[in-house]
Order: sequence, then structure tokens, then C-alpha cells
Amino acid sequence: MRLPCPICGERDRREFYYQGAAVMLERPAPDAGEDAWDEYLHLRDNSPGDLDELWSHDAGCGAWLKVTRNVSTHEIRSVILAREVRQ
Amino acid sequence: MRFSGLKVLAEGLIGNKGWGPHWRSPEPKSEYDIVLIGGGGHGLATAHYLAKVHGLTNIAVLEKGYLGGGNVGRNTTIVRANYMLPGNSEFYSHSLKLWEGLEEDLNYNVMHSQRGIINLVHSDGQRDAFVRRANMMCGQGDDGAMLDRKGVEKLLPFLDFEQTRFPIYGGLYHKRGGTARHDAVAWGFARSASDRGVDLIQQCEVRGIDVVNGVVKGVQTTKGPIRAKKVGMVAAGRSSQVAAMAGLRLPIESHVLQAFVTEGLKPCLDHVVTYGMGHFYISQSDKGGLVFGGDLDMYASYAARGNLPLVEHVAEAAMTLMPVIGKARMLRSWGGIMDMSPDGSFIIDKTDIKGLFVNTGWCYGGFKATPASGHTFAHLLATGNPHPTTVRHRLDRFRTGRGIMDEEATGSQHNLH
Amino acid sequence: MRVDGKGLIERSQPVSFRFDGNTYRGFAADTLASALLANNVRHVARSFKYHRPRGILTAGSEEPNALMTVGRGADADPNVRATVQELYDGLEARSQNAWPSLGFDLLSVNDLAAPFLGAGFYYKTFMWPRVFWEKVYEPVIRRAAGLGALSGKQDADHYEKAYAFCDVLVIGAGPAGLMAAWTAAQSGVRVILADEDSLMGGRLNAETLTVDGKPGAEWAADMVAKLAAMDNVRLMSRTTLTGAHDGGTFGALERVAHHVNGTPKGGVKETFWRIVAKRSVLAAGAIERHIAFQNNDRPGIMAAGAVRVYLNRFGVSPGKAVTVFANNDDAHRTAMDMQEAGVHIAAVIDCRKDATALGDYRLIAGAMVSGGHGRRGLEAITVQMASGREKIATDCLAVSGGWNPTVHMTCHMNGRPTWHDAIASFIPTPGAIPGMATAGACNGAFSTAACLAEGVSAAKASLEALGVTPVVMDVPQADDTPYAVEPLWAVPGKGRAWLDFQNDVSVKDVKQAAQENFTSVEHMKRYTTQGMATDQGKNSNVAALALLADATGRGIPETGTTTFRPPYTPVALAALGAGAQGKGFAPERKTTSHAATVVAGAPMIEAGLWYRPSYYPLPDEKTWRQSCDREVGWVRNAVGICDVSTLGKIDIQGPDAAQLLDFVYTNMFSTLKENRVRYGLMLREDGFVMDDGTTARLGQNHYVMTTTTAAAGQVMRHLEFVTQALHPEWDVRIMSVTEQWAQFAVAGPKSREVLNGLLDQPIDSDAWPFMSCGPVDVQGVNGRLFRISFSGEHAYEIAVPSRYGDSLFRLLVARAEALGGGAYGMEALNVLRIEKGFITHAEIDGRMTAQDIGMERMLSGKKDFIGATMAQRPGLTEDGREQLVGMKPVGPVKQLTAGAHIYSNGEDPVRAHDQGYVTSVGFSPTLGHFIGLGFVQDGLTRHGEVLNMVDHVRGIQTRVELCDPVFFDQDGGRTRD
Repeated sequence: MRLPCPICGERDRREFYYQGAAVMLERPAPDAGEDAWDEYLHLRDNSPGDLDELWSHDAGCGAWLKVTRNVSTHEIRSVILAREVRQ
Repeated sequence: MRFSGLKVLAEGLIGNKGWGPHWRSPEPKSEYDIVLIGGGGHGLATAHYLAKVHGLTNIAVLEKGYLGGGNVGRNTTIVRANYMLPGNSEFYSHSLKLWEGLEEDLNYNVMHSQRGIINLVHSDGQRDAFVRRANMMCGQGDDGAMLDRKGVEKLLPFLDFEQTRFPIYGGLYHKRGGTARHDAVAWGFARSASDRGVDLIQQCEVRGIDVVNGVVKGVQTTKGPIRAKKVGMVAAGRSSQVAAMAGLRLPIESHVLQAFVTEGLKPCLDHVVTYGMGHFYISQSDKGGLVFGGDLDMYASYAARGNLPLVEHVAEAAMTLMPVIGKARMLRSWGGIMDMSPDGSFIIDKTDIKGLFVNTGWCYGGFKATPASGHTFAHLLATGNPHPTTVRHRLDRFRTGRGIMDEEATGSQHNLH
Repeated sequence: MRVDGKGLIERSQPVSFRFDGNTYRGFAADTLASALLANNVRHVARSFKYHRPRGILTAGSEEPNALMTVGRGADADPNVRATVQELYDGLEARSQNAWPSLGFDLLSVNDLAAPFLGAGFYYKTFMWPRVFWEKVYEPVIRRAAGLGALSGKQDADHYEKAYAFCDVLVIGAGPAGLMAAWTAAQSGVRVILADEDSLMGGRLNAETLTVDGKPGAEWAADMVAKLAAMDNVRLMSRTTLTGAHDGGTFGALERVAHHVNGTPKGGVKETFWRIVAKRSVLAAGAIERHIAFQNNDRPGIMAAGAVRVYLNRFGVSPGKAVTVFANNDDAHRTAMDMQEAGVHIAAVIDCRKDATALGDYRLIAGAMVSGGHGRRGLEAITVQMASGREKIATDCLAVSGGWNPTVHMTCHMNGRPTWHDAIASFIPTPGAIPGMATAGACNGAFSTAACLAEGVSAAKASLEALGVTPVVMDVPQADDTPYAVEPLWAVPGKGRAWLDFQNDVSVKDVKQAAQENFTSVEHMKRYTTQGMATDQGKNSNVAALALLADATGRGIPETGTTTFRPPYTPVALAALGAGAQGKGFAPERKTTSHAATVVAGAPMIEAGLWYRPSYYPLPDEKTWRQSCDREVGWVRNAVGICDVSTLGKIDIQGPDAAQLLDFVYTNMFSTLKENRVRYGLMLREDGFVMDDGTTARLGQNHYVMTTTTAAAGQVMRHLEFVTQALHPEWDVRIMSVTEQWAQFAVAGPKSREVLNGLLDQPIDSDAWPFMSCGPVDVQGVNGRLFRISFSGEHAYEIAVPSRYGDSLFRLLVARAEALGGGAYGMEALNVLRIEKGFITHAEIDGRMTAQDIGMERMLSGKKDFIGATMAQRPGLTEDGREQLVGMKPVGPVKQLTAGAHIYSNGEDPVRAHDQGYVTSVGFSPTLGHFIGLGFVQDGLTRHGEVLNMVDHVRGIQTRVELCDPVFFDQDGGRTRD
């Protein structure tokens, strides 16, 4: 598997660290309640299609990436820098 | 039909013409007391124990593919009870005891072989952690012993004790650990359940779960609707999709775990060996193939295939640990889909929907749990109460923080367990 | 026997080789198989289960029978296919899985017991008595099983890994692959052409067909030469593509030195390639299938296409009186070629009633071979025809049940092949591998002309997908005979007819599986072991599933196939794991004091990837404890030096640096004054402790954070996550500087004295109070000084750029020694910190809350921070959790051991009475007894209680008193003095 890092270009999977679903970008407020926090940390749609997820280009530029990838075919739909998600 | 050596001889003399089906292939009835979604090892074991222990036989096991086609048919066959944390410790202890009587119970040779498992120690810190674990095992009534380097050398003389990157200082020896013939486990449970009256329905995919006013009423399948008083979801690898049919979200992320086997070789490895620093474990099958594996590929996946980085990493671990197997050739690699939970431990519980039960989150440790998973899930389905060994394995433990069993101590990130 | 005038072998280069102790002669460019056949050696192996005599079946990597051990000693290479082993002078091969000898194998008794050893028999017996499985049955089965044996010695050969990149990867260098590569190369893209054979050309080297009027082999050689001359082409012969993986990544194994006697000095045996290709063309050819009939496994019964390989490429006839049995026209070429070479064709048996002879040989149409005779080598066959039976003498039967396209790699990403009636086999499903086109025989196109044309069109499609305009190519002229086949999987009749030769799976086994309701193709495979041998069913799977379909009354398409998985052919672990043997498995990180420490005789231990010293022995010390006790004493009474550079150091700068630290630590850092240091606790978002350490404020917007050695990478990644993903709006930059700074602890009452001999400006307690920090000059070098202590003594950590680390360490140690101290290692460090109740990852092991370690007060209530919310979950805050305590022995047994459990008083030491466990222990020379840290239920409130420590595995039981974890200098006065 290869990922196109927006900074470094296409690189082998082994340069990247995988975190999980990109829901981790939407950190709830401290008082959001236990449901919101349970959703944030634990519950996952986990569907077999496209998934927004977080990778870090650990052995490269160190950028955190939001990758959209089909988890059944491993096709990469898009990659953007995590820091640009809110822009 | 009862299996025995005598029967094999008798059949041999008449050209093996008398063997009948190991299980029936009935059409589904319109209603059952209990429907189990998933005809893998755990589903079949649940059916067996429901029938045997609880006398419940008006049961259907619905399998979208073929029986035993999930992770029970694609694992590295290790059976052990060497867990450290309360909850897991008593559960896997219970499971190992069921394994030890499984052949008689099922009248099926699942080739459970207690060849011993050695977890290698590479640092003082790891030794302390293993001693803690071994003491937990002893306190649980199981066997756990520590070996020093000489002790490991005696059992595993072919390891590289001189040059390996992470030296071997000793090991945790679990004598009653071992392996079993994975397919036979599924088939043995299937045969027993079928013989006791359970309907095993293959090529029957569940497409919907009927819930009315918070009560489960049955399932919609590719073979038509089936009513049921209780429904058990026991579909590892597809747990989230099955639960979604009932509107539930699970604390599960699916990942691929690869496994490997070499060509057949004359016996060279009697035990199961694990090399924690290299995320590597290995044993040798009765057929002669070295069976080994490592860590997850680490990215969410529903594709039952892996990629090269992990393949190579596993081979690299093999080469630093036991370079004598360098000329063994990897014959086949395959992948299974793991339900990764946020603490690496499984879930057996009721859900908020009355009559709907869940069995999931086995991460990559489901095979050794097969008998106890079935036994305890059957207990829950039949009695409505958790079996004493699964009281901690609740669905809501991540929300409440009560009873988290994080054996790897890596926290709530699903893929790190 | 050799046939004059035939073959591509080097008759001018005779070579000598040995098989099972006998010496034979062959020629350069022979394979071991061709040379054995040339020497009339037919019986070369035994099968896996019944130990039946077996000969060479094929001429390729799919060979199921002729597996041998090549080489001796550490070089012994088991399970080598004689069919792909190139011959070299001095080659030594042995047969396997036969005892005492290949000719007389005791376990061939299994064959007589076969009625009792049918499919799955072992699932039905060996259950009684229970202990007999491990003690009796299984050991016997294991000894009998297996093929070749590993040498048991370390592999002395070298292996390598490499990467390659290209625009178009062409897999297979037969007519289709050569044309695909040529088309792509002419169009200007980067091409890799790989083939598993030593000689490119594929079947062109095995047939007497022509291309553009030239003999096929000659045309292929010309084409290879032209490709080799191009800069944009890389030719990789002896290279098997092992797997198709995601993202256009392929695995490939190059057998660099298996064709020579011994690896050249400095050379490698094999190279495992990772090839990244934008597009790929699979031109992998086809594999001929067998037909099942009674005793169809006799040595001398071979694949018809393989017989042509031996004749046309190697100049060998596998027999003197050859017969052919087929269901298709293609196999008739074997008769034609043999006859033309002067070999007697005894008969051609074709099951098709309308078959016609292509030449002057005896054709028996509408007939079938129903049996082979001759246990250790074929002597005759029985032919069943409408008019009755005939026994025909023959020593070689060439069989063809048709050809199966080599679709395997198209299934590596879970694709399933498609059934194609016209060829009665499977062809690749388009799109099964993204970016892969298929061409030629692997695509079901069996004539040379079709292969050439498909090679061109597959390359064109690939080029167009790349946005490259293909050059216009002429397709060479070649044979375009249509392929005609009539399915024939098994000849009806009595006796055992074999499908999977190596695993001894017969037609009866498949039928029995169906009878026992193993009707799914996966069930049949797993129950009978069909297709699970080293050829992974390449020779027999299609026939087996056709027979299963028949037995279950289904068609072949709905019966389905099992999945072909990587690798295409088996790959040595030494190649896949190249470079990892010995220390190569993981990087070795060494501190700047490493050399001086090794010279001092300190045993180095692994700390993650780092090496750190256990202790620094003096000549008169016999045990590590003596050294450790002495080093602890130095620190408590004089001064000790310890390299702490392995701790993670993260430089944090920017206007929002303080905000970041407040967010990742549970306690406040924005309030920390400049030139001051503070201890910080870090949680994971799930509320459990991630790490701890000190962070120094070097300036208004400049901090340097210290992490533990173990968590350095995790914390760095965490900070990157927070700053990039959660708070990209913060103006802060972070940088790991672990490697940039060498840092040493200088600890003990004389620590300032040590420093003041080295610093350019002496320091005093007023300017440098406890937890202060700042820049210092050390012998003219800009460094940093931190007055912090992990030992509980008056202590500092001094940091200099790494290039000065070695020098500073030596200076510090020399000065400490002059003051009655010296260097200390991890053992002493550990005792010192346990005496002070300081935690490490032995305590904060990932399952602990701040409350568990008695640090609830560090959870600031004034701010949000990572982990703040989830740390308040009921399960993390309720009573009953195990909490950090100190422990000391109070009974007659004085020893504490890490990993022991704590049990209630007067109760059996079983799980139900488990109260906790011990995490860290040490003998405190300061206090004169063992001390320990551990976790006990509600331990914070149980100081003074006496419980039982039980170490089951070491047989130690000690009465311990729970106490405050700080054993020494509880008010911390020594640190501040």
C-alpha cells in the first residue's frame, strides 16, 4: 500500500503510522457528556466502505494526514493535511 | 454415527461407503427459539452448548458462507490460558479446561495438543511483567513457570542465543498451552450441534434484524424471514455490520491480521514460541509446516489480505530469533478480519434491545476462546445472566470505565492491542 | 535418454552431479530434472502420505513430486524442485521423506493401509485414551509427516532486499510478455520484464513453432537482446513475481546464485524485490493439467507439455516408447515432436471420438487410459476403448487434460477468476488487480499468434492509461491453430486415481468428502488436503473442484474456487527477512558515553532500541549486587555520574507553547517561571497515565520537555497530533532533540563540586536552587544545566551538544572519581529511585490513573487537558482500584520479588484473594533491606497493614508491610540542600 503525502509525495505504507478513524479530530468539549466522549473514543461506524482516517507520516515529514480510503479495496480517495481540515 | 478407531477400520473394509454427512443441511424453519448469526467457531460452539448444557435445540445457526469459514478457519491455532488480568484470567482458564475434554465431548479429534508455549523474555522489565502474569496464572490454578536462559536453551536449542538483536534472558513457560486443528474444531462443534437437533443453515445471509418496540422479533435472511425469540450476534469480522442492522454501534474497529505457513518440513519445533520484541510467534503443525504470524497490518481493513511490510517484518523477526529456519520457504499467507475492541478484550453481553445478545471484540485471540465463548454465550442466551467468567466483559465498560481489561496496556486506540 | 541434435543445452560443457550418492553427468543449461531424465532416473521421490514412488511430472515451478534437498551441511536446501534447479558442476541432491532409502521406504506400508487412511480419517480416531494423543499418536504422525529437513545450522548465505520502480511491469517473458515489454519499451516508458526462468522466452523455448519464420527460441533470444540494449528496460530473469499487493506494489524473488556451486564471495543467494509499478501486464502463461486414472502417478507418467520441454529445450526423451493421453489437440504436438526426433510413439490415446491424427502415429480416438503399470517406473498402460481393453507397453506416458491459465496473481487481492467454457478452465476477471492487464495463455489465449497480439494490446492499454501514446507495432507472424479441448477430469474405473500428487488426494477422497457433506469447495479442500501441498493445487485444483461439482450435482462456476494467495511460489524466510539476522532486526541506538562505558567493562542492556549500562564493575567485585550497592552508596554519600541522554527531549517554541503544555499535561506550565523546571504528568485521552517527566522553561516562549526513554516516540507523535490535528491555530513548533543533546545526571552531595570544576562560571545554591535551569558554559561549550533529581540527592543534569558528550562524560567521571564517586548504571539508578518512590513505566504501565499513583492533586481543575474528562469515569475513580504503595519485609523471609502477588492475610494465595502485585524491587543498601513498590487494592489508605507477598513461580512467600512509597528522606531535604 502507498499513500500520497501532500508534502512528500507518494510513499510506501511503512513510512506511516496509523491511528484510526478521523472522528478523533472532533474532540468534544469537556462537558459534552459521556455519550459524546464514548462516541469519540470508542464507538465506530466501522463500515466496509470509505473511511476518513488519520495517519501520521512518522518516518517522513511528521505530518498528520486525513486520508479517505476504502477499507475493503484500499483505494485512496483523498489525502489532506490534518491541520487543513478546518480551513 | 459414533466415530472411533474401530469404525474407521470397519469402514475401510467396505470401501468407506458408509460414512454419512457430518452435519445435516436443512432448510430453515419459519421460527426458532434462538437464532445465532454466524456459523463460525463461536457460533457453532454456542449452538453445541445450548443444546448440550441447556437442552435447547430449537435453534438455527445462520451462516452467510460456509461453516467455519471465518477466523476459526484461518488462525494460527494456538490454545492457551496465560492471561494476566482478572476477568480474562478466569475466562481463559475456563476455556482451557473445556479444551482438555473437547475430543470426548464432541467425539471428534480436534487434535488439541498441549505442546507448551514459551513467551521469551528480553529485558528485566519484561521478566517482571511475565512473572506477574505467571503468578496470576498460578493463582488462577493454571500452570505458569519461569525459565532462565539455560531453561529456554534446553527446550529451544535452535534459537540464536548469541547474536539476536534482543537477547533471550528466559521465558514464561505455559505447559498446558499448545495448538489444535482449527477446522476440526468448527466441524466437531457443527456435527455435535447438528446431531442434537440444531439447524445449521449455510449460504444464508442475514440482511436485517427485526426489532419492534425495543424487542427483537427475528431476522430477514437471503432464505426468507425467520422469527426468533432471541438472537445472538456472533459474527466476528462483521460484528459492526450485523449490529448496525439493529441500529447499534459497537466499540469495534476491524483490522486485518496475517498468518503464514511454510512448506512441510521434518519436525524441528515442538513448542509454540513467542518473541514479544519482534511481535512474532511460531509453531510447527503436525503436517510439518511452520505456522507463524505477527502483528496487525495496523490499518482498518475488511480485505482479508495483508501487505508486504508486515510479511517482511515477521520474516525479519524469524531471522533474528531463529536463523536456522532461513531456508524454510513461506508457502502461503492469508489474512483474517479482527474485531478490535478498545481494550483488547472481548464483549459478551446483552444489548439495550430485549432478546438481542452480542458476542464480539475477540481481537486476535478468538480461537483459544472458542469453547468458553460458546459455553458462556450459551449461558447468557439461555439464562439471561452472564456466566461467572464473563461478568466483566460488558458492552458498556468503555463508557463507564468499569472492568476495562487492557492486557497490552495501550489504551483506547483499537489497533494497538 | 539424450536425443541428438535437440535442445538448447551446452553440449560442450559437461558437468557432473550426484543424486542419492550416485554420480551422473549432464550439461550446462540442464536442469536437475532434465539431467536425471537424461540418465534414465525416473523414480526420484516419495509422496507425502502414502510414500508412493514418484517421478518428475512437470518442467516448471509447479512440480509436485520431484522435491529434493540440494547441498549439504548448512547449505542443505530442502524441498528444491528439481525441475527449476539449474545444473552446475558438483551439484549434490538427495531424495527426501524416505527411510531407509528411496527404493525401499518402510513407510510405504501406509499405501497398503490406505483403505483406513482415507480423507479425514484422523478426525475420527486417536481420541482414546486422551493422553495418547500427545504421547503416542501425534509424535508418530509428526515424525512421518514433513517433506525435507532443515539442516539445523545457521544459514551462512547472504540475502538482500531491494526496491525497484517502473511504469510498466511485465510478468512473464513468453511471447505475450516479450511483445508487451517491447511495445511499452518502444513507447519510451520505464519497463521491467521479469521471468522465473533462467532463459526468457517461455514456451517458445519448448516448442518447435516459429515466429516471423524463425524458430521460436531464436526469435525470443533476438527480442531479449534488443530489450537488453535499451536504457529504459530492466530484464529480471530467475525472478518470480511472488505477490500482487495494494498500491501497485509487487513482491519478487530473484534467485541470484542458485545456479552456481556456492555463492561467490560477497555475493548474495537471493534478493527479495519490492517492485512498484504504475501499470502491470500479467503474461504468466498456463499450466497443464493431468487426468485422473488408476495409478496415474507412476514415475514415467508426465505432463505432455513437459515432455516437449525436455525434448525441445533439453534434448532429452523421458522414454523410449512414448504414449500420449489427451483430451485436446495440443498434446498431439508431443507425439509429432517426439516422432520427428526419432523417438518411438507407441500410441496416442485421445478421449475425443472425433480426434484426428496430426501425423503418422497410432491414434486411438474415443478411448481412455484406465491404468498405469510398473510400481517404480511405468512399464505399460491399460487403454479402455469401445472394443475392449488393450495393454500397451510404454515407459513414458505424456498426459494432457488441457491447460489452466496461470490466473493466480489476479486472485492475490481477493479477486475470483471466471469460468470459461471454451477452454474448460478459469480466466482472470478483468480489474481483479487494479492497473493490471492480462495477456496470452494466462488470459486463455493459447495460440502463439494470439499471445503475441494480446501482448501488444495489453501494453497499449497500459500505455494509454499512463497517458502515453503507444508506438504502432506489427504483430509477428506465428501459428494460430485454435485450441480444442473436451473436458475430461477422471477416467471412470476402479482403484485409486490421483489428483493432488504430493498430498495423495484421490478422486475417491473428493467423493467421500462430498458424501460426508463437505460440499463447499473450501470444506473439501480442508477435509481432504486437496491443493494444500507445495504446489498449492496448481496441478490439480481445477480437476478436483470439477469432480466435487459433479459429486454434488452442481456446475463448476457455482461450486467456485478456493483462493490463491501469495506467494506464487514459496519464498525462503531468509530472503523475506534479509538483513535482520543477528543485530539487523532493529536499529541500535547508542549514547555518546557508549564507548567509554564499554571500556569500563559495564554490561550493556537493551532499553528499547537503546543500550544502557547495568553497572560499572570494579575488579574486586564478584556480583552485580556488589557493584550496585557501591554505586548507590557513591550517590548517597559522594557523587555519581549517569548518562540520561536516552530520555526523550522535545524542544517547544512559540507564543502558544505554554498553552500546548497546559493542554497535554494535567498540571499547569503556563505559570512556570523562566529558568525553572516542573514535573509534569501526561494522560492519554482515555484518562490513563501516558508518561511523566520534567519540562524546563528556557524562555518566555521556549520550553524543553523530557519524556521517559520508553515513551519518547509516543509523546512526540502525541504532541504533533495535538498541534496539527486538534489545535492547528496555535502558534507553536515542536522538535525532537533527543539525539542533539547529550545529558548526564550528576547526583550526590558532591555534585556541585564536580560541576564547579568544569563549568566556566561556578554555581551556587542561591542562583541555582532546586528545580532551576539555565544556560551554562562547560569548558567553552554552550550547555544547559537543570537542577533536578531522580535520586533524591542534591543533583543536576547537564546537557551539551552531542558531539561533546563523550568528552564531557569522561571529564565528569574522572572528576567524580577524584571525589570518591564515579559512574553508575541502571541497577543503581533503579534502587535510588525506588528508595525515593519515584515511578517508571514499571508503575505507570498504561493501566494506571493519576489517582492510582497518588497524584490526584496533579489533575488541575482549572483547565481542560488531554484525558481530563475520561479520567473522571466512574470506573477510574471508584474505590477498589489498585493503588501505589511501598512495601517492606516484616517477617522471617526478607526477600521481595517483582511480579509477585499480594494476598489477603490468612487466605489461600488464589485469585479470589488477590489484592495486588509488586512492580519494582531492590535491595536498599541505604536502609539495609529489600524495598518494593507495587499496587494494592485501595492501597493509599492501607499503609501499615501487613499482607502476604507470594511469588508462586519462584516459591517465595514474604510478609510485607504496606507503607508510603517514599522510603528515604521523606521531606526531600537532601534534594534541596
